[in-house]
Amino acid sequence: MQKKETGSMKRNRFIANTIVHVVLAILSIIWLFPVVWIVLESFNANPDPGSSSFFPSAFGIQNYIKLFTETDQFYFAKWFMNTLLVAIGTCLLSTFYVLCISYTLSRLRFKARKKLMNVGLILNMFPAFMSMIAVYYILKGIGLSESLVSLVFVYSSGQALQYHIAKGFFDTIPRAVDEAAWIDGATRFQVFYKITVPLSKPILIYTVLTSFMAPWIDFIFAKVILGTNYNKYTVAIGMWTMMEREFIQDWYGCFTAAAVIVSIPISLLFLFMQRYYVEGMSAGAVKG
Amino acid sequence: MKKLFDGIKQGFKNVFGLLKDAWEYGDLWTRLSFLVLGAGNIARKQIVKGIIYLAMELGFIFYMIMFGVTALSHFGDLGTKEQGMAYNEATGVYETAQGDNSMLLLLAAVVAIFIIVFFVVMWYKNVKSAYRTQLNKEMGKKNNTIKEDFADYLDTKLHFTMLFVPIMSVLVFNILPLFYMILIAFTNFDRTHQPPGNLFDWVGLRNFGVMLSSKGTIGQTFWPILGWTFVWAIFATFLNYIFGMLLAIIINRKGTKFKAMWRTFFVLTIAIPQFVSLLLMRHMFADNGPMNGTLMSLGIIPEGDPILFLSSKTLARITIIIINLWVGMPYTVLTTTGILQNIPSDLYESAKVDGANAVTIFWKITLPYMLFVTTPKLITDFVGNINNFNVIFFLSEGGPKTTKYYQAGYTDLLVTWLYHLTVDSKDYCYASVIGIFVFVISAVLSLITYRNTASYKDEEGFS
Repeated sequence: MQKKETGSMKRNRFIANTIVHVVLAILSIIWLFPVVWIVLESFNANPDPGSSSFFPSAFGIQNYIKLFTETDQFYFAKWFMNTLLVAIGTCLLSTFYVLCISYTLSRLRFKARKKLMNVGLILNMFPAFMSMIAVYYILKGIGLSESLVSLVFVYSSGQALQYHIAKGFFDTIPRAVDEAAWIDGATRFQVFYKITVPLSKPILIYTVLTSFMAPWIDFIFAKVILGTNYNKYTVAIGMWTMMEREFIQDWYGCFTAAAVIVSIPISLLFLFMQRYYVEGMSAGAVKG
Repeated sequence: MKKLFDGIKQGFKNVFGLLKDAWEYGDLWTRLSFLVLGAGNIARKQIVKGIIYLAMELGFIFYMIMFGVTALSHFGDLGTKEQGMAYNEATGVYETAQGDNSMLLLLAAVVAIFIIVFFVVMWYKNVKSAYRTQLNKEMGKKNNTIKEDFADYLDTKLHFTMLFVPIMSVLVFNILPLFYMILIAFTNFDRTHQPPGNLFDWVGLRNFGVMLSSKGTIGQTFWPILGWTFVWAIFATFLNYIFGMLLAIIINRKGTKFKAMWRTFFVLTIAIPQFVSLLLMRHMFADNGPMNGTLMSLGIIPEGDPILFLSSKTLARITIIIINLWVGMPYTVLTTTGILQNIPSDLYESAKVDGANAVTIFWKITLPYMLFVTTPKLITDFVGNINNFNVIFFLSEGGPKTTKYYQAGYTDLLVTWLYHLTVDSKDYCYASVIGIFVFVISAVLSLITYRNTASYKDEEGFS
């Protein structure tokens, strides 16, 4: 049965669509405004944190030049490399951890399994940085404090407890696959690297990217572990320091330039892994 | 809870049952394994395994004699000698005399406890292994060679191999520090008891009392901050949820054009590192920031009388909740879009036939359905917001500061207060108490959800 639209229905729908698009446009402007603003500010020729206007009066690339040339106090290029190194280290180590833990807890059956999962649950409920001072002294005890290596260990151990999404993924692979292989005489390790790993590309990508991004974003552990050694800083604490009261006057322009430089790769990575993020989250949501 | 205790009881029964059996029915070598680790294995030709056990025992004894005993002896008193000035007869000057350092003493004691626990577990494994090899021999079964043992670690014991390194790492960097900080909650390790200059000591439950009483400044800080933490978590969770869902609905409704474009616009803001966008927002809404500047030059507010977005108590709280919408709504769009599309369309159609309008449909169909499906996510979000350090810290650092509170400001959450107490004022014992409270809150909320979700009850539903 074909329904016939009356003229007034058509008009109503047109009005509704117009309203929706206007609302979406306004909201988009609000959401994108800070993004556009920081890009404009980074090209501001006279950066002034006390400026009363949103838009720069003159454009130039001085902020970028200063960011990379005035390195006596704040050495941004070095911070960037530090963070990159930590990120690579963290993403290797923590992907290894997460893969091991989530595979074991999901696919293998052993006595302590439920207990370990409960311990993981309990550990996750404490504020993550509650123990940072103790971590600092342990690192000092093994001679690793104020170093980038220690950050890799701390981040990776933290990420190891975030295995739930990967485990949820492994849970969805039918166990019959594994059992068939066991019957055929494959060891559990062979099943792991010949069957499961090739099947788990999406979750591997997801894990690699999230752990790669963590060091760029984390602030607390880096601040406590790296102390006051400016040259060992990662970008997050370095840029936070730039915005501190004693530095903001001189470094505000550089902060915006640094923000643009850091945000571009991170945003691209995020947009790329968005698909996996949604998949992982919705797998979690369906499973509860 | 009862199940948990029953499980623990059963576990102890099994362990002691095996030890008793091994002692009663064990032969000389098995009994010797109680004292000399690995003896049973060596006697039954598992030389390598036996030597590993023996090496562990020797290492343990060495550790205990060299460090362990001293470390444990200070667990009770946490050091007695304060650092002070001592007259050096030889040089004739006053020198700083090395005192005890409670902090390091407690850490050493905690490490010693972990090592002892580890050794006891190994000791038990050794007895078990000795007894098993004896039984195998008596029944004429072959004992594993070292090669077969290794092969087992890639097959039936793969879980052990794969978990060993990650668990060690978590043990050193998560569990040990956490255990240590929980102990700190029962000491007086605050700003006036900083080793090595001063020692700290056990005080029992005093800190919990101080925190919960409404008398001192710390108690008078705790309760308002707890209240604000809950207010914040409720607003941040539900406003983001409802508005984010509305946004997802209008992006995905039939008549909307360029769906992918709108979605990308909003998702783009998630992609920017939070510390960048939030620090920028703080600058934007500062008293002399561009927002006030623009409003002044447009003549909307009088010159020299800025709106105190982030520096007056109530307004700062409102500003933060609103800015958090900017941060959080895109996440909701991202996660709810898929679920929204799964709502059975006949529900909508029958509602339309009954003449329901869009608002009614949202309140009567969409919201109840979504609440039903996403309650676990909502509660996880709620716990996440109780622990939401980033938004508060980068936007206001907990400010505006007030002298009414101890080391905190009007927008501080429990976790940011914990941060201030740790980093700024070094009141570690109070910080630990807060950490424990946050744990209790999260645990209660999460237990309610996890226990009731399908994935906990029916984990193998897919397989």
